[in-house]
Amino acid sequence: MSALGVLAQLLALLTALLLAPLLTGWVNQWRHWLQNKSAPGLLQPYRMLHKLFKKESLVAEHASPLFRMAPYVIFGCMLLASAIVPTLSTDLPLSPAADGIALVGLFALARVFISLAAMDVGTAFGTLGARREMLVGFLAEPALLMVLFCASMITRSTSLTVIVETLAHRELAIYPSLLLAGVAFTMVSLAENSRVPVDNPDTHLELTMIHEAMILEYSARHLALLEWAASLKLFAYSCIGLALFFPWGVAEAHSPLVMLLALPVLVFKLAVGGMALALIETASAKMRIFRVPEFLGTAFLLAVIGLLVNVLLGVG
Amino acid sequence: MIAFAPQLINLFATLILLLSFAMISQRRIVSLINIFAMQGMALVAASFLLGYATHQTDLYVSGALTLVLKVIFIPWMLHRLIRKLNVRWDVETLLNIPTTMLVGIALVIFSFSLALPVSRLSHSIAGGSLGIALACVLLSFMMMITRSKAVPQVIGFLSMENGLIFAATTVTNGMPMIVEFGIALDVLVGVLILGVFMFQIREKFDSLDIHNLETLKED
Repeated sequence: MSALGVLAQLLALLTALLLAPLLTGWVNQWRHWLQNKSAPGLLQPYRMLHKLFKKESLVAEHASPLFRMAPYVIFGCMLLASAIVPTLSTDLPLSPAADGIALVGLFALARVFISLAAMDVGTAFGTLGARREMLVGFLAEPALLMVLFCASMITRSTSLTVIVETLAHRELAIYPSLLLAGVAFTMVSLAENSRVPVDNPDTHLELTMIHEAMILEYSARHLALLEWAASLKLFAYSCIGLALFFPWGVAEAHSPLVMLLALPVLVFKLAVGGMALALIETASAKMRIFRVPEFLGTAFLLAVIGLLVNVLLGVG
Repeated sequence: MIAFAPQLINLFATLILLLSFAMISQRRIVSLINIFAMQGMALVAASFLLGYATHQTDLYVSGALTLVLKVIFIPWMLHRLIRKLNVRWDVETLLNIPTTMLVGIALVIFSFSLALPVSRLSHSIAGGSLGIALACVLLSFMMMITRSKAVPQVIGFLSMENGLIFAATTVTNGMPMIVEFGIALDVLVGVLILGVFMFQIREKFDSLDIHNLETLKED
C-alpha cells in the first residue's frame, strides 16, 4: 500500500461523497427540463441535506434499536461500495477487500437493513414497501452478478480494478457480449435506483412507491443519511456502468499525473450518463408492479446470453 | 477497419439476437414492426461490412436488396396494413413472457452447441456468428408458434428469413446472386399474399386471431 494509493482512495471517497448529491440534482434538473417543468437548482440536494441535518430527529415510540441503526449501516454500505468501484484511479488500497461479488453483497446487505427497518415500526406502508423492494431485489441481484461475470469472463478476474485496467488499457477490441450486458445493466440499474419504469422517485403515491414507502417513518438526520445513501447508490451504479462499458480515462496505478485528468473526464461521463438517464425516465411509462419481475427477468436472461456469446465466440 | 471487421460483424450478430429477444417480449404491434426494421438495418450493416472486408461486390447488392425490401418497403407496407385493419394500437395478451424467454435461452444454448463444431471448420471471417444466426432462426420460429394474431406471425416469418440470410451470408461469404434474388422475390410475394389473407381472415371472422381457422366446418 503506497502513500499515493491512500491518497487516491481518499480522493475517490471525497469525490463520491461530494459528487453523488450533485449527480442526483443534475438528473432531476434534466428530467424537469425534458418534461417542460421549471427545474429546481442544481444544488437542491445539498440544501435538502443541510436542512435535514439541522432538524430534530423524531423516532416512532415502538421503534427498536435496529430502526435507529439502519441509516448508518446503509450509508456505510453505500460509501464502501463507492470506495471500491474504480472512479478516478485503479490504484485503490480498499479494492482487494471486495470484488464484484462482494459489491453485490454490500448492496444486498443495505437492502436487507432498509427492508427490516421499514417493517420495524409496523406501519402498513413500510411493510408494503419492504415487500416490493424484496420483489425487485431477488431478480436484480442475480442479473447484476451475471453482468459482472460477463466482464469477468473477458478479463479473467472478478476484481473491478483488474476489469477496468484490462478493458481500458489493453488494445482496443470489440466485445459483442458487452452489448447484451450493457442493456441488462441499464435495466437493472433503473430498477435498483428506483427509477421510472419500476418506481417513481418523485411521488409518494401509495400505489406505486417502493423506496419512498420504506423511508416514510424517518426524519431529520436519519432521513438525510438515507437520501445521501440513495445518491451514493446512484453514483456507485453509474460508476460501475462507466467502468464496465466506458472505462477510458480512469487513471492506471502508478500514474499520479493522469489522476488529475481523470476527475474532469469522470464528471463529463457522469454528466452525459445523467442526461441519458433522465431521457430514459422521461421516455418510458411507469410499469405495473407485477410487470417488474418480467422486466428484471429479461435483464437476467440478456446477461446470461451475454455469457453464452462469450463462450460461442471464444473470448477470454 | 479490416482488422475490426470480424469483431464488428459479431457485434451486429449480437444486435440481431438482442432484437430477436426484444420481438419475443414485445406486445405492441407497431413496436414490433419497428424492431423488425431495426433488425433489417443491422443485417444490412453486417452485409456491407462483410462485403467491404472480403472485397465481394455481390454482398453490396445483397445488402442493398435487404435495405430496400426489409428496411423500407415491407415495414412501410405492414404499417399501412395495420392502419387499414385498424389494429395499430392492438396489445396482444401474451401469456407468460418469462417462460417464453426461458425456452428462448434453451434454444440459444442448443444452437450455440450445435454451431460450435461447425464454425470451427468454416474458413469465413465471421464463421463464429453461425450459432447466433441459427438461434435467431429458432427464436423467430418460436415466435410464430406462440403468437396467436396474424400480423405478429408474419413478422416472425420475416424475421426468420432475416436469420437465414444472415446465416448464409456469414458462413459462405454470400450466396450466388440468383439465389438471393429468388429468396427476395419469394419473401415479397409471400408478404403480399399474406396481406391479402389477413383481410380475408378479418372479413370472415371479425378478428385476426388465427385460432378461428382451427375448425374446418362452421357449426
